[in-house]
Amino acid sequence: MKPVIEVKNLSKKYQISHSQKTNYHTLRDDLAAAVKKPASLITGRTQSKETFWALKDVSFEVNQGDVVGIIGKNGSGKSTLLKILSRIVDPTEGKAILRGKTASLLEVGTGFHQELTGRENIYFNGSILGMKKSEINHKLNDIIEFSEVEQFLDTPVKFYSSGMYVRLAFAVAAHLEPDILIVDEVLAVGDAAFQKKSLGKMKDVASHGRTVLFVSHNMGSIKQLCKRVILLSKGSIVEAGTPERVIAKYASGIQPDFERSLLSTLKGKVENIKINDSKDLHCHLDSGNDIKVNLSYAPNSEQKRVVFGLDLRSAQDGTLLALTHSGLEDRYFEVESQTDFIFTIKLPRIAPGEYVLGLSMWADDTFALDSEPIAKIEINPLAPFASGEVFSNYSSLLLVESSWEKLS
Amino acid sequence: MAASNEIVIKPKNKISINFKELWHYRELFYFFTWRDIKVRYKQTAIGASWAIIQPFSTMVVFTLFFNKVAGIKSGAVPYAIFSYTGLLFWNYFSSALTQVSNSFVTNQQVITKIYFPRIIIPISATLLGVVDFFFAAIVFAGLAFYYHISPGTEGLLMILPMLLLSVIAALGVGTLFAALNVKYRDIRSIVPFVVQIGLFVTPVIYPVSLIPHKYQWILSLNPMSSVINTMRSGLLHQGSINWAQLGISCLSAFILLWIGIAYFKRTERQFADVI
Repeated sequence: MKPVIEVKNLSKKYQISHSQKTNYHTLRDDLAAAVKKPASLITGRTQSKETFWALKDVSFEVNQGDVVGIIGKNGSGKSTLLKILSRIVDPTEGKAILRGKTASLLEVGTGFHQELTGRENIYFNGSILGMKKSEINHKLNDIIEFSEVEQFLDTPVKFYSSGMYVRLAFAVAAHLEPDILIVDEVLAVGDAAFQKKSLGKMKDVASHGRTVLFVSHNMGSIKQLCKRVILLSKGSIVEAGTPERVIAKYASGIQPDFERSLLSTLKGKVENIKINDSKDLHCHLDSGNDIKVNLSYAPNSEQKRVVFGLDLRSAQDGTLLALTHSGLEDRYFEVESQTDFIFTIKLPRIAPGEYVLGLSMWADDTFALDSEPIAKIEINPLAPFASGEVFSNYSSLLLVESSWEKLS
Repeated sequence: MAASNEIVIKPKNKISINFKELWHYRELFYFFTWRDIKVRYKQTAIGASWAIIQPFSTMVVFTLFFNKVAGIKSGAVPYAIFSYTGLLFWNYFSSALTQVSNSFVTNQQVITKIYFPRIIIPISATLLGVVDFFFAAIVFAGLAFYYHISPGTEGLLMILPMLLLSVIAALGVGTLFAALNVKYRDIRSIVPFVVQIGLFVTPVIYPVSLIPHKYQWILSLNPMSSVINTMRSGLLHQGSINWAQLGISCLSAFILLWIGIAYFKRTERQFADVI
C-alpha cells in the first residue's frame, strides 16, 4: 500500500527585505522608489533582499494509522512544513502527496466571529474546516456536549470567557473525521482538565486508523501520542525514529545563547533580563534559593494584553516546572508602553545540576515566545551528606528531608 | 471529498481556476455570505432597515440639491424616482466594490490558517450587497406606486441581468483592488476615492442626455453607466434600451473581471506569505 503522506524534497524559500520590517508595502513607497531608480519598476527590485530557506530538501513518508510527531526549535521549519501540507503556502521546490481527506488544525477557532453566537460559529467554523452542512447538523449535539457550553450556545461568543471559547472551538475541530489530521500546537490551550480531554480525543482519533501529523513543544504529549518523531533543525530533518531517541537528540541539541538579554518578537521586545539582580544569565544558585527574574517589555503599537510564562527544564529529565503568571482565563497584564516586570519563583530544594530557564509569552492571545531559553541556572553541588538529604547521584529531582532510623 | 482523493502539493506555475474544487467547496460561498449578513445586521441597531434608509435619504438629499437647487432635469419622470433608480444600482456597486476590495484583509485570519479556494472570499463579498439591493428595491416599488409609474415589462425582465452585470463589474474591479490591497495597504484609502469619483462619472445624479451624443459611448465603457441607463429606459420609459452601448458595457465588464481574476490568481499563492 502506498504511504498516506509522501513528502519529497520539499523546500520553501522566503525573501527577507532589509529595508522594511513589515511584509507588505505601500504603493506610495514603491512608487517613490521607482522614481528614484526607474529601472527597478521593470525589474521589480526595489530593495536589497536576502533569501532564506525555511525548509530545505525535506523528505519523509507516513503510513496509514501512524501518528508522527514533529519537533524542533522555533524557526526550525515546523510551522512552514505544516503550512505547506495544509496548502496555505506553496512550496518553492519539491512536492508532497496526501492520500485521503485531509483536515488541518493550525489554530482552534479559525474564523470564529465575536458577534456570532456559539451555534452560528459552530456552523461557520465547521464548514470552513471542511464539513458539510448536513454533517454539522448530524454532529451538532455531540459537538455541543463536548464543548460543555450548551447554556451559552445562543450567546455571542464575545461574551464567552477564553476557556469557553477554546472549548467550543476545539469541540468543532474534534468532530472532524478526516483520514489525515495535521495538528499544530493546538493542545497547548485551555486549562489542565481540558488539555487532558483534548489529548484523550487525539488518542481516540489516532486509534481509529487515522493518520496524524502532530507538532508540539510538549515532549510529554509527543511521547504519549506518537510512534515516530521527526526532528527538524534549520529547515532540514536531522533525526527521525522512535520518540525516545529523537527527543533525547533534541534535548542534547538545545544550546541556547545566554549572552543576549534581548528577545524580539512579532509582538514586542523583551529586554534587560536579569536573574537575581544580575545581568549574568548563566547563574549559580544554591538549592532552595528563589529565582527572581527581572525583565522589561516594550509592546509594539496596537498590542495591549500580555501573559508571561516561565519554565525550568533539566537537560536529562525534561520539564521540571511550567508556570504562567495566571491561567488563560481572562487574566493578563495590560501594557501600553515599556513596562518592567518581576517574577519570583519560590523553588523547593531541587537537585544540583544544570537547568534551563525558559520564557513564554502570549500577546493578545497569540503565542509570541514559546519557552525561549533565557538563562542557564546551575544549582551548586551540595556538601556531601548534609543533614540526611537524599541526592544519590542526583537521580532524584527534589531534595527532601528524610530520616533513617532503626526501630529497636 | 472521497477517501481515494489524492492531493498533490507542488510549486504552482499555471494560472487557472479549478472549477471542480470550487464546486466541492460550494457550501462555503453560502457560509461566508451568511456570516457576513448575520454580522452586519447584528452590528447595526436598526438592522435591515438601514438598507432602506440609506438610499432613500440619499435620494431625498439629491432631489433637494441637484434637482431643486442646481436644476438638473430628469425628463418626464420625477427626479426622485429617477435618481433612486440610479442609486439602487450604484449603491449596490459601491458597497460591493468596497466589500470585495477589503475582503482579503478582513479575512486574513482565516487565510493564514486554513486552505480553501481563495476566490470564494471576493465572490461571497459581492453577495452581501445583493440582500441590501432587494430591500432597497422595495422602496423603488413604493416610489413607482406613489408616482403612478408602471415599470415596463422589458425593464422588469432586465433587473436581474443588470444586477448580474453590476456584480461582475464590482467583482472585477474589487478583486483587482483586493489583491493589490494585500500587497499595498494604502489601496484601502484609494477605494473610497474611486467610489466617489465613480458616482460622478456614472449617470446617477444626471441623465446621460446631458452629455453630447457623440461622447456617450465613452460613458458606456463604464458598465454601471449602461446598467443605470438600461434600467431608466426599461423601468421609467425613458427612451428605449440602447443595446449597442449595453453590449460595450458587458464587454468592458468581462474584461475588467478577467483582469481582476488574472491578477488575483497571479498573486494568490503569495497571500499567506505576505499577510
